[in-house]
Amino acid sequence: MEFLTFGKYTWYVWSSAILTFVVLLANVYLARRRLQSRIDMARRRLAAEEV
Amino acid sequence: MWEFIHKFGSPPHFWRLSGAMIPWFGWIALVLIMVGTVGGLWIAPPDYQQLDAFRIIYFHVPSAWLSQFGYVLMAMAAAVGLVWRIKLAHAVAAACAPIGASFTVVALATGSIWGKPMWGTWWVWDARLTSTLVLLFLYFGYMALRAAIDDENRADRASALLAIIGVINIPIIKYSVEWWNTLHQPATISKLGKPAMDPSMLIPLLVMWLGFTFFFFAVLMVRTRGEIIARERNKKWLRDVIGRD
Repeated sequence: MEFLTFGKYTWYVWSSAILTFVVLLANVYLARRRLQSRIDMARRRLAAEEV
Repeated sequence: MWEFIHKFGSPPHFWRLSGAMIPWFGWIALVLIMVGTVGGLWIAPPDYQQLDAFRIIYFHVPSAWLSQFGYVLMAMAAAVGLVWRIKLAHAVAAACAPIGASFTVVALATGSIWGKPMWGTWWVWDARLTSTLVLLFLYFGYMALRAAIDDENRADRASALLAIIGVINIPIIKYSVEWWNTLHQPATISKLGKPAMDPSMLIPLLVMWLGFTFFFFAVLMVRTRGEIIARERNKKWLRDVIGRD
């Protein structure tokens, strides 16, 4: 497990890495969720018009 | 040329093209970011002065680059939308803002984490840090303005003006380390001149930079698709696509 340590800077390096990856994943999740909600909304609208 | 612009500015064309490109951009970004992370954290040697703390550069610099690139792209798209009344351009501008803001947060946070062991403080009100904080507020202002206006067309026009005016902050961020005395180091990579890094450190940084850029465009295309639905919901092509997907 020594390869996971970066001397006295381990905490600083890993907190930067984890924060970056959390934000990248959040970007993917939020963008996909927004697109899906807009598609669902458009479909509901379409269905309501057809009725 | 005009035919190209007209075709590229067409939402149905963009919808089809982005649908094919998003998976490619996403997978390329994933591979590059994984390779860059391994290269940056484990293959690059420690810096002679900063030791392992310098490895934060592999997260900080690509984020800082995209925070500024995202704003320039947003302002350019907003200007194109305003001048030529291309709806897709406004959709791209609106899609840029949350992504750019998130990268600005990462750039500020990782810079702060890096600053603590190197400068002895989490934050200083110097020109580079303060102008980057202003960039974050510009993104927030742009998104808040859009959210405050119900009518999509009015929101596009008003927010475009803010985006264009705010672009003045980008050269201030870029040249802040030259114009003022600052704790922040000057540019590591510049277009002119030799980079200040050894290739063993530089290559993982360039790989990360490329990976983050592919990631940005993948997410941008997903978000732009969402913006297109909001603007084209009454169009027949979209009804066909939504009904079919």
